Amino acid sequence: MRYAETGFNLEIDLSRGNIEKVATDPADTELYLGGLGTNTKILWDRVSPEVEPFSPDNLLIFGTGLLCGTPATGCNRTIISTISPQTQLMAFSMMGGFWAPELKYAGYDKVVLRGKSSSLVYLWINDDKVEIRDAEHLRGKGAIETAELIKQELKEPKAQVAAIGMAGENRVYYASIEQGRSSASRGGIGAVMGDKGVKAIVVRGTKDINIAQPAEFIGLCGEVLDYIKHRESNPVPGVMPILAGLGSPQEMKVHDEKWHTENFMWGNSRTRRKDFWNDEIAKEWTETLEKARTRLVSCFNCPMECGATISMPGLPTYMMKCFTKLTYTMGAYSDLDFGLRIAQKATEYGVDGFSTPQVMAFALELLDNGILTDKDFPEMPENNEGRFYYLLDKIVRREGIGDVLANGTYWAAKEIGNGADAYAHNNIKKTEQLPLKLSMLNPVYFLMYATGEKMNITQIEGQFPQAPFATKEEREAFVADWIQVPDEKFKQILLDWEFRGENSNPYYPTIEMSCDIVDWQETMHYIDDALGQCAGLSSFPLKPPYHIHNYPKFISAGAGIEMDQVKLTQAARRYRTLVRAVNISRGMRRKDEKPPENHWKKRFPELEEQLLDAYYKLKGWNNDGIPTKESLHELGLDYVSEVFVARGILTDGEDMPGEDEALAVTESN
Amino acid sequence: MKINKRTKTIKTIKIDIDKCNGCRACEVICSSFHAAPKYSSNNPARSRIRVIREPIRDVYVPVYAGDYVVAECAGRDKYTIDGKEYDECSFCRASCPSRDLFKEPDSGLPLKCDMCEGEDEPLCVKWCMVDALTVEERQEAVGEAEEVRDEIEIGIGLESLVNRFGIDKVVDLVAQLSKTK
Repeated sequence: MRYAETGFNLEIDLSRGNIEKVATDPADTELYLGGLGTNTKILWDRVSPEVEPFSPDNLLIFGTGLLCGTPATGCNRTIISTISPQTQLMAFSMMGGFWAPELKYAGYDKVVLRGKSSSLVYLWINDDKVEIRDAEHLRGKGAIETAELIKQELKEPKAQVAAIGMAGENRVYYASIEQGRSSASRGGIGAVMGDKGVKAIVVRGTKDINIAQPAEFIGLCGEVLDYIKHRESNPVPGVMPILAGLGSPQEMKVHDEKWHTENFMWGNSRTRRKDFWNDEIAKEWTETLEKARTRLVSCFNCPMECGATISMPGLPTYMMKCFTKLTYTMGAYSDLDFGLRIAQKATEYGVDGFSTPQVMAFALELLDNGILTDKDFPEMPENNEGRFYYLLDKIVRREGIGDVLANGTYWAAKEIGNGADAYAHNNIKKTEQLPLKLSMLNPVYFLMYATGEKMNITQIEGQFPQAPFATKEEREAFVADWIQVPDEKFKQILLDWEFRGENSNPYYPTIEMSCDIVDWQETMHYIDDALGQCAGLSSFPLKPPYHIHNYPKFISAGAGIEMDQVKLTQAARRYRTLVRAVNISRGMRRKDEKPPENHWKKRFPELEEQLLDAYYKLKGWNNDGIPTKESLHELGLDYVSEVFVARGILTDGEDMPGEDEALAVTESN
Repeated sequence: MKINKRTKTIKTIKIDIDKCNGCRACEVICSSFHAAPKYSSNNPARSRIRVIREPIRDVYVPVYAGDYVVAECAGRDKYTIDGKEYDECSFCRASCPSRDLFKEPDSGLPLKCDMCEGEDEPLCVKWCMVDALTVEERQEAVGEAEEVRDEIEIGIGLESLVNRFGIDKVVDLVAQLSKTK
C-alpha cells in the first residue's frame, strides 16, 4: 500500500483524446518526494531542451504535494510545472486552495497533460471516471465564471475547478490558472494550458488517503496546531507587523499600508512616494476594504485566513489575497477602490498580479517618452484609470499593441526596439519582479535574487530576518526560542549582525554566511514545494511551525519513508539541482543570474562576483552555474551528467568550459 | 418527601457561520478519527460534519450528521438570511436519499456524529481554530414532560421484567437495591 500519496498519475494525451491511469514508481518518491520533485523528474525525462513552450510535446503537469490531503495543516498546494513561454525555462508556479487534496481523494497524485486538443475542452475527473468534455460554450468566459458554470452544468457543487480566463486562451505570457481563492500565476502556465486547448480541470474525489503511522502522524499535527496558537499569541517583536505573524502577508486583514505604499515603487517600478500615507487616505482605504470584504477565507485545512471574498459594488464577487491588493493601485498611481475593481477583471481574465500592472505601466512610460505613440493606442481614454482598463483589455485579447505587451516587458521591449529595453528594467530572467528599489546591497538578497529559479523573491526568502535587530537584547530574545535553525551557527550570525559598522551589509553576513543562509532558506522552500506545504506556515514567515526538525518525522509517519534531516536535505538538493539541470540544458548560465541593475543604489561588483562564486561552489555548480559531474554523481544524478557531456555542456575531462566563464565575468562587469 | 428536580448534562456544539473560513479542517479530522484503525486514513466524504460551502455566494454552513431517514422531504423551503438565500437542506442533519452527505462513499451506509466518544471534546471543535465550532456543556433541569416520559419508560421496563421473572422477584430486587443505593 502507498501512504500519503496515491501511487497513480493521470496521463492525458489531448491530441488523441487518450486517458490513462499510470502507476508510479515508489523509488521516485523516496528520491524526489513528490510535487515539484517528481514533476521535475518527469519534465527532465520527457521534455527535451528543443521542445518549445507551445509545442504539443511540452507537458503541463499538475502535481500535488506528497502530504497534500493528509491531516497536516496547510498542506494543500498544487505545483504546476511546464516550460514557460515567458522565460523558456522551467516554470513551477503553485497554488493553494482546494484542488490538490481533491485530486488526491479522487485517487491521483498528478495530472500530466500532453499534446493539444483541436477544440476547447475541459477535463472532468470524478474518482475513476475521467472525461474530456466540450468547452466551446465557455470560450471567452472568466476563470471564476467558468468554474461556477461548470459546477452548475455538472450539478457538482463540491467539485474543485482550476480554470483559465481569456488571457490563457489567448496565450498571454503571464496568464494564470485560477482556482477560486487561489491562483498559479508566474511563468505563463495559463498560456500553456490555453495552448493545449484546456479551459479547466474539474475534480471530485471520495476516496481515502492512507497514513503509515497514524498515532505518530496525528501527534505531529497536534504539535503544529499548538505551535500556530503559540505564534498567534506571540507575534515576533521588533519587526513590521506583516512579518510578525504566520501565513501569507495578511494584506486582507491589515488596513495600515504605510509601509508598502511608501517603500515599494509606484508606476513601472519607478517612484517611491515617501510621504504618501496620511490619515485621509488611511480612512478612505479602510472604508473601501471594509465595504468590499465580506469574509476572510482559508485554503484547505488551514486556519490562517490569508484570503478574502471581495464584492465591489456593481461587480461580480471574487477572492483575493496578499499583495495583489496593491499592485494595480500602485502601478496606476491610483487608489484602493480602483485596485480592487480592476483586480476583479484581471482575476476573471486570469493574469499575474505582479507582471500585469508593470507591463501596463511600462507601456504608458513608452508612450510618455515617445517610444510608442498615440497611434499605437487608438481610442484610448484620457483618464489614467481608463487607460489601465483599456490596456488590460487589449492585452488579454491580444489586440493591436496588446499583442506585443502580452509577451511581457522583456519580449515587448525587444519587439518595440528604439530603446524600449531601458524601460523593461525590473526583470530577472525575463520575469517582472516585485517593484522594489533599495539603497544598500544585501548580500543574502543578492544571492537569492540572482540564483532563484522560482523567479519570485517571496518564494525564496523567509527564515532569516530581512534586517538586523537594533539592540543586543532584541537579538538575544529572538534567538532564545529559535528552534527552526538547522544549525546553531545561524543564531550567532544574527546576534552579531548590526545596522552599521563592520558587521553590517554588504560585507556582513560574510560571503560564507550569506551562502549558508540562502541555502537554508531555499532548501526549506524546495521541501515545501515537494510536500505541497504552503510557505505561509513554513519557509516564508519567521519562526514557522514546520521546519527541518519536524519535517522528516512528518514524512516518515505520513508516507512511511524512513527520513532524517540529512536524507531530506539531500533529497531537496537533488531535485533543486534537477530544476537547474533542466534550465541549464535550455541555455541558462551565470550571465542570466543578475538582479535588476537598479535594484540597489549601492552595488559592489567584485563582492557580487565573489558571492556567486562561493554560492555556486557550495551548491556543487561550476563557475558558470552548471552542476558538476562530481556533485551530480553524489546526488545520484549521473543520468544528468551523461546528457550534459553528450550535449557539450560539460566536457568529459573537466567540469568547467573556460570560455563561458570568461564571457560571464566580462558581461557582469 | 419531594425529590429535588433532576438535571442532565447537555453537550452542544455551537456553530457560528460568520466565523467559518471554509477550510474544512473539521471534515479532515472527523474522517481521520473515525477511520479504523483510528487516524489511519482520512476522506472528507466519510466525515460526519460537512461544510456546505459556496464561496462566491459567501455561503458557509458546517452541518453535523444526524439521523438516517428513508425518504426525502416532499417540499423544499428556502431561507433568506442577511440577504443570502439558503436551501433548507443547508441546515438539515439527515442522512437522506436526496443528497450524498453523511453516507459511507463505498457502502452507502448512513453516518452519524457521535461527538467523538472518549475524547475531551469533539475533534472538529478542537481543530477549528477560528472558533466557528465551539462546544458548550450545560446542566439542564429535566422538564416535566421528560419526567412523565421517564415514568412511562420505567413502567414499560418494569412490566417486561415482571412478565419475564414474576412480580415477587422484581419486588425483592427493588427492595434490596433500595437498601444499597
